[in-house]
Amino acid sequence: MTNRAPLIPPFSWHQAIVEPWTDHQPGTLWMVLTAILLAVPCALLGNYLILRRMALVGDAISHSVLPGLVLAYLLFRDLGTGYMLGGAIAAGLLTTLLIDFLTAKTKLKSDAATGIAYTTLFALGMYLVNRYTSRVHLDAECVLFGELEYIPLSEPSALRVGEWGFIPMAVLISLGAALAVGVLLKVFAKELKVTSFDPGFARSAGVRVGFIHYGLMALLSLIVVTSLERVGILVVALLVLPGSTAQFFTRRLARLHLLSVIFAVTGVLGGFHLGSWLLVPTAASIALWGGLQFGAAWMGTLALQSWRRAQMRPAR
Amino acid sequence: MTPAVEFHDLTVSYDRKPVLFGVDAVVPEKSLCGIIGPNGAGKSTLIKAVMGLLPVEGGWTQVFGGPLDKCRQRVAYVPQRSSVDWDFPVNAMDVVLMGRYGRLGLFKRPEKTDRAIAAEALEKVQMSAYADRQISQLSGGQQQRVFLARALAQQADLYLMDEPFTGVDAATERAIVTLLQDIRGKGGTIVAVHHDLTTAPVYFDHLLLINLRLIASGPVEEVFTQELLQKTYGGRLTVLSEMAFKGMKKPEFRDPRE
Repeated sequence: MTNRAPLIPPFSWHQAIVEPWTDHQPGTLWMVLTAILLAVPCALLGNYLILRRMALVGDAISHSVLPGLVLAYLLFRDLGTGYMLGGAIAAGLLTTLLIDFLTAKTKLKSDAATGIAYTTLFALGMYLVNRYTSRVHLDAECVLFGELEYIPLSEPSALRVGEWGFIPMAVLISLGAALAVGVLLKVFAKELKVTSFDPGFARSAGVRVGFIHYGLMALLSLIVVTSLERVGILVVALLVLPGSTAQFFTRRLARLHLLSVIFAVTGVLGGFHLGSWLLVPTAASIALWGGLQFGAAWMGTLALQSWRRAQMRPAR
Repeated sequence: MTPAVEFHDLTVSYDRKPVLFGVDAVVPEKSLCGIIGPNGAGKSTLIKAVMGLLPVEGGWTQVFGGPLDKCRQRVAYVPQRSSVDWDFPVNAMDVVLMGRYGRLGLFKRPEKTDRAIAAEALEKVQMSAYADRQISQLSGGQQQRVFLARALAQQADLYLMDEPFTGVDAATERAIVTLLQDIRGKGGTIVAVHHDLTTAPVYFDHLLLINLRLIASGPVEEVFTQELLQKTYGGRLTVLSEMAFKGMKKPEFRDPRE
């Protein structure tokens, strides 16, 4: 009999909870901070995606940014952040334009149109990579899970925080993206609300429905491409899970936002420690923990409902 | 006097299939105008075309003698109740406040005066007690009242309503009719898509009869005739027409659903 590792390694409080914060500082801090700075704006944007019934557009964009990145590189021969973000946003907007065009001009429903648009663009990206950038290395594992673990080793910025040393560039980029999303969602809060609830009315009242739609898609592309490098295509979990979990507890938009942010943060923290225990890629364990949170919230709500029903039943 | 709404040779199509052909009509100011016609006649399409929600194939529409963009804030649109997701996480007050967004424009948040106007609108539709209620927990009639309150909060001169009486209870229907008459009494104009022939001549003073094209338009007395209705509904007008004419003869209308 071969000696196989157990399916679930034994839980060690020290290894899973304590060690990361004592022995691996400031690496742990930078990792967790980056993940939270990505998870929070993802959760906020995700709320609008869920309400607009376009939750999988995030998935679509996470694939279709590829040709945008490659084209930006081929045009400018530069892998700088600005070019990459520009390419990604352009590709994200192209994806949504293509989806909208297909649903408007054919009898396809938006789910089929989404499937067509992003797979075609992704394939185009694969072609461009293979044909023109033979030396660029596309790592499948990196695309799947990102490289959250390597943040402590990544390029440092010029900013220094005492004994922790230089803040990694990744933390600052995530902070910038998070601030951009936070500020813009706040500024356009009422337009986002009315166009999500009743687009026909919104347009009749003079609200720029198209501008808000494509603005939201541009922000989504920005945050997806920022997250992609860190958590891979599991960014979809960051977009969809916190808001879906929060909707069990509230029916008000402001509280939905607040709760989804809380679940995003607990998702990152819980997922990080789950990953330290199970020794799996952190992005995967964050998504897994998010799924567990969702399941627990669902079961909890069901249990509460049946308990209330039992209370309401007249005693015999 | 400039008409509240004017259609000139309006043609609209969905997927290259025309659903409205060459509609020429005017809705005079201070009228309570009903758009009447069978299912699929293009009634909602007519209203959506005025609001610029559909691409117009040919012809044009004008509001208060000019393009809609010149006087958008004078027009309130009430979509069909079924066109939105009532599970959306907002309460009744939030929805009514949306009526203020058009006037507020970008970057401004609703202020005290906007809240006061919204509260007053809820009061007018007798929904003040439900201001904090999440909208999925309202009945169909209450949801329609919330939509109406949102339109009232727009403080418009022209109200375009898509089937305001569909799926509402009798009390709500009466409340809405009273409110519409009140609006007209204060100089407002209402254009509403309507299904029920029995109530049409009682509720409205002006009618547009359409079935893919305009059959007739004018004051109720002139237009609500057996001949024109027959033309609008084709063979489908049988039982309905009898009920309608009975309804017309009675000065006091009783809702058949009561």
